[in-house]
Amino acid sequence: MRTLTNLTLAEGRDKLAKGEFTAVELTAAHIGAVEARRDLNAFIVETPELALEEAKASDLRRQAGQAGAMDGLPIGIKDLFCTKGVQTTAASHILEGFKPPYDSFVSAKLKAAGAISLGKLNLDEFAMGSSNQTSYFGAVENPWKRISDPKAKLVPGGSSGGSAAAVAARMVMAATGTDTGGSIRQPAAFCGITGIKPTYGRCSRWGIVAFASSLDQAGPMARTVRDCAIMLGSMAGFDPKDSTSVNMAVPDFEAALTGDIRGLKIGIPKEYRPVGLSDEVAKVWDQGIEWLRAAGATPVEITLPHTKYALATYYIIAPAECSSNLARYDGLRFGQRVAGKTLDEMYAKTRAAGFGAEVRRRILIGTYVLSAGYYDAYYAKAQKVRRLIAEDFRKAFETVDVILTPTAPTAAFGQGEGTDDPVTMWLNDIFTIPTSMAGLPGLSLPAGLSADGLPLGLQLIGRPFDEETVFKVAGVMETAANFTARPPQHPPCGCGPKGECV
Amino acid sequence: MAYIIQGETGDWEVVIGLEVHAQVISHSKLFSGAATEFGAEPNTQVSFVDAGFPGMLPVINEVCVAQAVKTGLGLKARINLTSVFARKNYFYADLPQGYQISQFDKPIVGEGEVILDLPDGSTRTVGIERLHLEQDAGKSIHDMHPSKSFIDLNRSGVALMEIVSKPDLRSPEEAGLYLTKLRSILRYLETCDGNMQEGSMRCDANVSVRPVGSTELRTRCEIKNVNSIRYVQQAIEFEARRHIDVYETGGTISQETRLFDSIKVETRSMRSKEQAHDYRYFPDPDLLPLVIAQDFVDGIKAGLPELPDAKKTRFMAEYGLNAYDAGVLVAERISAEFFETVAKGRDAKIACNWVMGDFFAALNATGKTMENPPVSAKDLGALIDLIGDGTLSGRLAKDVFALMVETGKAPGVLVEEKGLKQVTDTGAIEAAVDAVIAANPDKVQQVKDGKTTLLGWFVGQVMKATQGKANPAMVNEMLSKKVLG
Repeated sequence: MRTLTNLTLAEGRDKLAKGEFTAVELTAAHIGAVEARRDLNAFIVETPELALEEAKASDLRRQAGQAGAMDGLPIGIKDLFCTKGVQTTAASHILEGFKPPYDSFVSAKLKAAGAISLGKLNLDEFAMGSSNQTSYFGAVENPWKRISDPKAKLVPGGSSGGSAAAVAARMVMAATGTDTGGSIRQPAAFCGITGIKPTYGRCSRWGIVAFASSLDQAGPMARTVRDCAIMLGSMAGFDPKDSTSVNMAVPDFEAALTGDIRGLKIGIPKEYRPVGLSDEVAKVWDQGIEWLRAAGATPVEITLPHTKYALATYYIIAPAECSSNLARYDGLRFGQRVAGKTLDEMYAKTRAAGFGAEVRRRILIGTYVLSAGYYDAYYAKAQKVRRLIAEDFRKAFETVDVILTPTAPTAAFGQGEGTDDPVTMWLNDIFTIPTSMAGLPGLSLPAGLSADGLPLGLQLIGRPFDEETVFKVAGVMETAANFTARPPQHPPCGCGPKGECV
Repeated sequence: MAYIIQGETGDWEVVIGLEVHAQVISHSKLFSGAATEFGAEPNTQVSFVDAGFPGMLPVINEVCVAQAVKTGLGLKARINLTSVFARKNYFYADLPQGYQISQFDKPIVGEGEVILDLPDGSTRTVGIERLHLEQDAGKSIHDMHPSKSFIDLNRSGVALMEIVSKPDLRSPEEAGLYLTKLRSILRYLETCDGNMQEGSMRCDANVSVRPVGSTELRTRCEIKNVNSIRYVQQAIEFEARRHIDVYETGGTISQETRLFDSIKVETRSMRSKEQAHDYRYFPDPDLLPLVIAQDFVDGIKAGLPELPDAKKTRFMAEYGLNAYDAGVLVAERISAEFFETVAKGRDAKIACNWVMGDFFAALNATGKTMENPPVSAKDLGALIDLIGDGTLSGRLAKDVFALMVETGKAPGVLVEEKGLKQVTDTGAIEAAVDAVIAANPDKVQQVKDGKTTLLGWFVGQVMKATQGKANPAMVNEMLSKKVLG
């Protein structure tokens, strides 16, 4: 069982092809792992019966020589992707019980490639949060433990916290995530896995519960760079139903992993070393630079002068869009409804009961910044700054091929820590937000452990639609980092961060 | 046709601007593939996009864009090659997304014009401020249940063109002429069927007043959703009077949205400026700016039909019609075509008289439509031919026309059946003439003495004697010869 759940997607794919085991066996092993780690609260809905049926069908396809690119590989789907007939909540009470009559474009593509969903993964409510503590269905726990305090429950990051925890804890081989300001990359860093937010427009947003439409982008979360490349290949592609999806051929991302990065220029933005950046994170970053230099690439210091405005800009644009996107949750056609004497009273009661504090906060901020008299000062100005941020990157990419930064300013923190002040929480995304604002691809991969035994991630940022270079550089860095540490198994057995007990 | 309202303190004029919502003729909705047919069972033409389901995204319908461009060209307006869809945010039960996708500061069509045809044959140009595309909302039905409202989303997402006039209209009559002309243009273009009863054309009127001679624009009130031209006129009339009364009693008008009550023929406040929605417009992030190519516009322009103004000018030049007649005939494309069919190869003035006179009278009297006219253009043409070749006198022709309306038969058939053929047999006419002369020697003498006007009486007698069938020209000629020598 353990052997099967430790496999990467690439290994699983190849071994299924060789007939070393069946999709049913592989799926059953992962269903076992899901059941064993319910303590992490990574899933909102488990669909084991459905998964086993699909696994049987997958084995039949393989026998018939019709196996798809991800056939028989068990994955998890972030509960922001609509799944036909399976409850989809966005981790919000307001959507509790909602079973969409359709599959999102991306989850349908994965299904078509043969991937087997084990269920719907927990997240921050409506993907708003960086610690997966805003979910109506409860916080997700990071499987990693501090050496100094193994009892403390740590956050997996967010918003794709359930996805990251499930992949790290070997419950699924990979999972879908979505990233609006860092929601794939930051939890990937906190949980010691790899995740990529592709270029905005690479994956269709159709059927994904919208948070901030101009920023939302789906991407894969897995345990290796290759696995992310494989999975992105089955998620990406033009969708005429999403006007912002880009009509471009999907490259063979896996083929980009040549291991050869000689001559590439790696941008190191000086603005990403703010006062107060933890020494550990700075050290891992320096180490990353050295690995790439050793592999024949050239680090180049670059400047992204508008970086300091990115966070503030993001917290105008994203809430503005969310305030409008979430207007449809009114209790009328689907989800929860609280009755009222008048229509307005019904709206107020439904939305007050249905939305959690963080979602309400962002709706209020968004409503405010779009209001008459404030629009120019906030939203219009934020859009101008957003263009300047994108321009910073465009200029930088005239001289460099890829940019290397830390993913998050710290390692995973404890549940309940830093929740008093929402702005402190928002600072988690300080390194990932500029990339989102510019719509660029960003990948996070584990590069080392903190002194307290927690994973630290580095981020690689690429040119628009140049995920291939990002994957290529990430592959080299992954080899150099040789990150073999694993979170301890459950039940807690005192095993160390190197996963010795496995 | 200055429309002056006399108040206690002096004369006032009214300033009117109209916003028309015209439903675009298209098979599917503005941003979804759902059907748009009128009168379907409630909630049977609704896609998940129209119902605002999670994760659903709008995709622009190219047909609707083409229709908007076509309409813009028909209004001689500037076409904006880049336009932007924006969200207009507000909560209502029949607005599933919680916002309407509309266009705000960058509409697809800019300034244009509509030329009004005034009853005296003159024209007046009214400016168009803009035309933009937007989604319609669904329909709330409040009278089917004592405590519940019912929602029909069939209309949700249907494409509308909002056509905004400049405040150039100065009377209820002009407002009516504007709507009539706009509807005529839309129907010519086949971009909107203009049916106000079915709600495919709806009108909001912005009304203010000012003392005659003043050029200021005073505070206006917007009267929402008035669904007939007559109601628009009544609403304006009432609202203008109300403003004047308020001003003349020392009050002030505050900007507000009002509703027209067609039973009481009055407007009443719906919501004040303070209660007005803050729509929080912002560019819809689900849609890229709408960019159209000049070629696309040129292609549509090349396929434009001849529009009412051009047709009117041509009718005046080609057929020698006066402005009024030409204006009436071109108001509907189908009437213009009817006229041209009748006039082809015939005397246009006679054709015009028949269409404008007996034919339109019959259309009204029978309650039929131009699509299914009481007499076909071909038959009316044949009737005129029968007059031309002397088969029918003008008087007989009117009788035949009445029979055509009644029976639907062709004029030739009726002439045969009823023996209505004009008598041109000289002998028969001469006999009748001689008989009348013989019976009225005193009157013959009076004519000879110089009272030639009495000749008309003789004609009448002869026609009477021949049951109207005698050729009047021949009767005239023969009488003159015989009586006057």
